[in-house]
Amino acid sequence: MAKKLMKGCEAIGEAAVKAGCKLFFGYPITPQNEIPEYMAHRLPQVGGTFVQAESEVAASNMIYGAAGSGERVFTSSSSPGISLMQEGISYIAGSELPVVIVNIMRAGPGLGGILPSQSDYFQATKGGGHGDYRLLVLAPWSVQEAADLVQDAFDLADFYRNPVMVLGDGLIGQMMEPVEFKPERTPCKPLAPKEWAATGCSGDRPTNIVNSLFLDPEVLERHNQKLKAKYDRMVRDEVRCASYGTDRPYDVLVVAYGTVARVSSTALDDLRGEGVDAALFRPITLFPFPHAELRAAAEKAQEVLVVELSTGQMIEDVRLALEGRKPIHFLGRQGGMLISPEAVAEKVKAIQASSAEVRRG
Amino acid sequence: MQNDLIIAGFGGQGVLLIGKMLAYAGMADGKEVSWLPSYGPEMRGGTCNCTVVISDRPVGSPVVERPWVAMVMNLPSLEKYEGMVKPGGMVLVNTSLINRTVARTDVRVVNVPANEIANRLGNPRAANMVALGAYLGATRAVSLEAVEGLVRETFASKPKVIDSNLAALREGYALGERETAVAQEVGA
Repeated sequence: MAKKLMKGCEAIGEAAVKAGCKLFFGYPITPQNEIPEYMAHRLPQVGGTFVQAESEVAASNMIYGAAGSGERVFTSSSSPGISLMQEGISYIAGSELPVVIVNIMRAGPGLGGILPSQSDYFQATKGGGHGDYRLLVLAPWSVQEAADLVQDAFDLADFYRNPVMVLGDGLIGQMMEPVEFKPERTPCKPLAPKEWAATGCSGDRPTNIVNSLFLDPEVLERHNQKLKAKYDRMVRDEVRCASYGTDRPYDVLVVAYGTVARVSSTALDDLRGEGVDAALFRPITLFPFPHAELRAAAEKAQEVLVVELSTGQMIEDVRLALEGRKPIHFLGRQGGMLISPEAVAEKVKAIQASSAEVRRG
Repeated sequence: MQNDLIIAGFGGQGVLLIGKMLAYAGMADGKEVSWLPSYGPEMRGGTCNCTVVISDRPVGSPVVERPWVAMVMNLPSLEKYEGMVKPGGMVLVNTSLINRTVARTDVRVVNVPANEIANRLGNPRAANMVALGAYLGATRAVSLEAVEGLVRETFASKPKVIDSNLAALREGYALGERETAVAQEVGA
């Protein structure tokens, strides 16, 4: 199929349809309104159903119910809306149901603003809702990758029977780039029939029950341990990351995800022209976080710089990964302000200069 | 090589549309492209801009703080973006709505009376096409033919305005070429 110029939100919607998603429940919020708009128009064409819920709380319970039937189901929102969905997401994780949730992040806290941000990293990767659960979190850096990861997200959700979140910032949702959808796509995981789904039965098989309530503590502990084993398996099998410029020697390793990583890649190109050697490490899965891969990439660097559209959230995972082996610096913007390639380049140069001075000193 | 530009003006002047057309045309020409709109809390008549990158390589940052080209359709846009253009870059000025000259001496200036030309061609709303044409004539960032095709597609449901938009585009193109030739002659 030929490349098509698409807005990130539209590409995300089309990717869901291509992945066989038939159901969307959601509530409008900037900057991701084009996703529900697209689904409202597109789902009826493929025999699916779009419902605008009365609130995000309702939407998250609608996807909970729909996922219990075994259909592929999807919702999208932006930061404040995702906060409202947390109760439902916790229940979905507890009930081991596959859903895909897209968060096109805007600046917070509270209603905040409508411009791009990465300040929901903690919420996405460390829980958000209550209880001992994890989301598998994927962070695209381009519209094409958003389309690819959304399709993978449905396979991963089904395979692990777990909610999967695609975490993009406002830029990913709003910008237009060429996108290509492969005509015949192979699922990224082997998919078993959904024998657990509550589809109704006439006594010819045991009743399937979708539930997150386990009042017997011994039973609940076993359930918790089963979930933990699932998350451990994700850590073992699902880590995704990319690097840029690590094939050459470098002094500074920049760590960034999403569109900030792209901005950083341009900074590295500009720096190379000036004779400054730096490389980029980009986590694509935020949970599971690529701890070992990052540690290996940082081995070759003197200094590490974390760049985020927040006051510093992913930096905590970087610290855990590096276990104090390297000095870690931070560059961040907040409130919907963006980071330019120039700002990243300047910070890298400042770090390299002071690092060289220390080593000489 | 990479062409990047910021197109800015009032909401309603069609700056997002011509940015999109550039991105589409770049893609049709086999280039890598990105189009990033401002989507701030602004209303009709407020300022509006988009950033377009057209490149031979995969596009790195879709955010451009120091563009090669700023196409400014109104005075607030000139005030905002004049200082950001890279030295050696270009400012394309809609002189119909901007009554001051560009202060910088280290950038090329292409003056385009976009609204006047559009009015003369009988379609006041085609000022954006004049400016787009001038940009193409001055930079050859994408082919005129690709954009002409897009004009026909974009206005397929309103065939009456196709010719005036094409005329506006071509007149702008000729002007952009002329201004560039003059600049080269005087060694600017």
